[in-house]
Amino acid sequence: MAVPLLYTLRSVRVRWASNLVAVLGIAGVVAVFVAMMAMAHGFQKTLVQSGSPRNALVQRGGSTTEMVSVMTLDQVRVIEDAPGIAHGGDGRPLVSPEIVVVTAFHHKASDADALAQVRGVTDRALLVHEGLRLAGGRFLTPGTAELVVGRNAADMYTGFSLGARPAFGGRTWEVVGLLDAGGSAYDSEVWADAGVLGQAYKRPYGLFSSVTARTEGPAGLALLRRALQGDPRLTVQVDTEVEYYAKQSRLLSTLIRVLGYLVAAVMGVGAVFGAFNTMYAAVSARAREIATLRALGFSAGSVVAAFLAEALLLSLAGGLLGCTAAWPLNGLTTSTLNWQSFSQMAFAFQVTPDALAAGVLFALAMGFAGGLLPALRAARLPVAQALREL
Amino acid sequence: MVRVDGNGSGDALIRMREVDKVYHRGGEVIHVLQGLNLDVEAGEFVAFMGPSGSGKTTLLNLLGGLDLPTAGTIVVDGDELSRLSGPALAAWRARHVGFIFQMYNLLPVLTAFQNVELPLLLTRLSRAERRDHVELALSLVGLADRLDHYPRQLSGGQEQRVAIARAIVADPTFLLCDEPTGDLDRRSADEVMELLSRLSAEYGKTLLMVTHDPRAAERAGALLHLDKGVLVEAGRR
Ligand SMILES: Nc1ncnc2c1ncn2[C@@H]1O[C@H](COP(=O)(O)OP(=O)(O)O)[C@@H](O)[C@H]1O
Ligand SMILES: [Mg+2]
Repeated sequence: MAVPLLYTLRSVRVRWASNLVAVLGIAGVVAVFVAMMAMAHGFQKTLVQSGSPRNALVQRGGSTTEMVSVMTLDQVRVIEDAPGIAHGGDGRPLVSPEIVVVTAFHHKASDADALAQVRGVTDRALLVHEGLRLAGGRFLTPGTAELVVGRNAADMYTGFSLGARPAFGGRTWEVVGLLDAGGSAYDSEVWADAGVLGQAYKRPYGLFSSVTARTEGPAGLALLRRALQGDPRLTVQVDTEVEYYAKQSRLLSTLIRVLGYLVAAVMGVGAVFGAFNTMYAAVSARAREIATLRALGFSAGSVVAAFLAEALLLSLAGGLLGCTAAWPLNGLTTSTLNWQSFSQMAFAFQVTPDALAAGVLFALAMGFAGGLLPALRAARLPVAQALREL
Repeated sequence: MVRVDGNGSGDALIRMREVDKVYHRGGEVIHVLQGLNLDVEAGEFVAFMGPSGSGKTTLLNLLGGLDLPTAGTIVVDGDELSRLSGPALAAWRARHVGFIFQMYNLLPVLTAFQNVELPLLLTRLSRAERRDHVELALSLVGLADRLDHYPRQLSGGQEQRVAIARAIVADPTFLLCDEPTGDLDRRSADEVMELLSRLSAEYGKTLLMVTHDPRAAERAGALLHLDKGVLVEAGRR
């Protein structure tokens, strides 16, 4: 039978100061690890929830982002007449042609210019995109130099609050509305009138970047896709918005995750050494107790188990502490460059149960790695010799 | 009967034959035991004396299966110790040996009750049975009212009595005591020796005890001297 867990628990408590070093080391690694995972997940979720499964994003064939895509007014008309498109209350098709421009604004947090995505829209945009609402002010008047600004963009950049008159693209604009996109990528965008924006950036009349179309549901979307891709006048690709944003999020969220693993692995080596030191010291300090247990008839295996349990206990404490430390990050908003759109995107950390579970498992793995050698050493201790030493 | 000439009959509980124990320290070779013979029958109370460093502790460690002889055989109750594997030897210790050390060796983080219970965790006894055994053992050593005391809350004499309770609680085949009174004042030493004598006289326990104290040695049925690696008979009551 095993060495009583009570012995392990009480021994841990007695040596708490020395154990604290190991616990804090592991907690630090777990906190960083969970934070990185929360960042990757938050970034991904922000982009993915920007898309609606009912909406189709139509771009020029082969475009990886809206920025490099070009759609003509004629093509927009073809899409408006295509099958599967949903129609609004006014009977007009729910199709939103949009221009995407990337430009530099002053980024408050880094006190430097950062690239922002400016979207030229028509009055159809709010009807087509789902989950958007005005959080203040009003929508821009078509044909004017008015702006509606995403709530994160308004926070992120200097001079984009409601009523402000920012200058870019060779003219002055006025912010007349704030957009609440529910935490999606649109929250980081600045919206202008498509025609006015196109003029300011010297785009030929009637050229758009992409067309977002509301369909009548999955069947409508399939219908639309077949119709557009079969039309000889068009060479376009049709993605659901969800697919498009999932693709956009993949590179950076994968990168953040890999970085998270790397940082955690490097820090983890340090924490494993911390746990090793603590457990090694514990074994040395308790050599006599170990020898006594062995003399009473406890097997070498049960001694290994007891010290491994002790290491796992410490690492569990560290893991829980690290998760607790990372928890307040949940919902905290930060921003990063979205490498696909080359513009700043704000997103909120998402501390998920999966990330917490992974953090605790990681902690236990570190405890096991650090505790194994000391535990084996405890079991191999020459009993007769340890009993002689005072 | 206790014999040291190697001619004991076959029914001795403990039989040591031509046992050598050699230690190496640096380049130095230390012959601690050289051709030692010993036969002890069940129920004997044997005291070992000898100068410091003569190998008394070494002898007890060999008998308790904590260390193996360099040469020779040790057979206890039919088991030859050097034939037992690590786990089997641990199980053998749990079954057959009760240790009583000079420094008590109680686990400081466990109460008297929990210390005494340790050997029972290696048996099949239920929780309730364990409780009964522990309480019986502790009342036998006069500490029924100290169940929940930690070692640091006990006097040296009380600690040693808890250690004795721990040694006897699983009813081992024999007790090995290494200077059990070596760290105690006169009064506590007498109490402990009184207890060991009772274990021998009333309960028929087999006791092998190393001591420096002639008064303690007097209580044993046989007194052996360890001298130059072998045992010699020094007296018999
Ligand atoms: N592990 C060891 N390595 C080397 N020498 C040892 C070791 N253990 C004991 N000795 C030596 O063996 C001799 C006998 O020791 P011990 O059995 O403790 O004697 P006693 O208990 O009679 O005082 C001593 O000289 C001691 O130094
Ligand atoms: Mg000694």
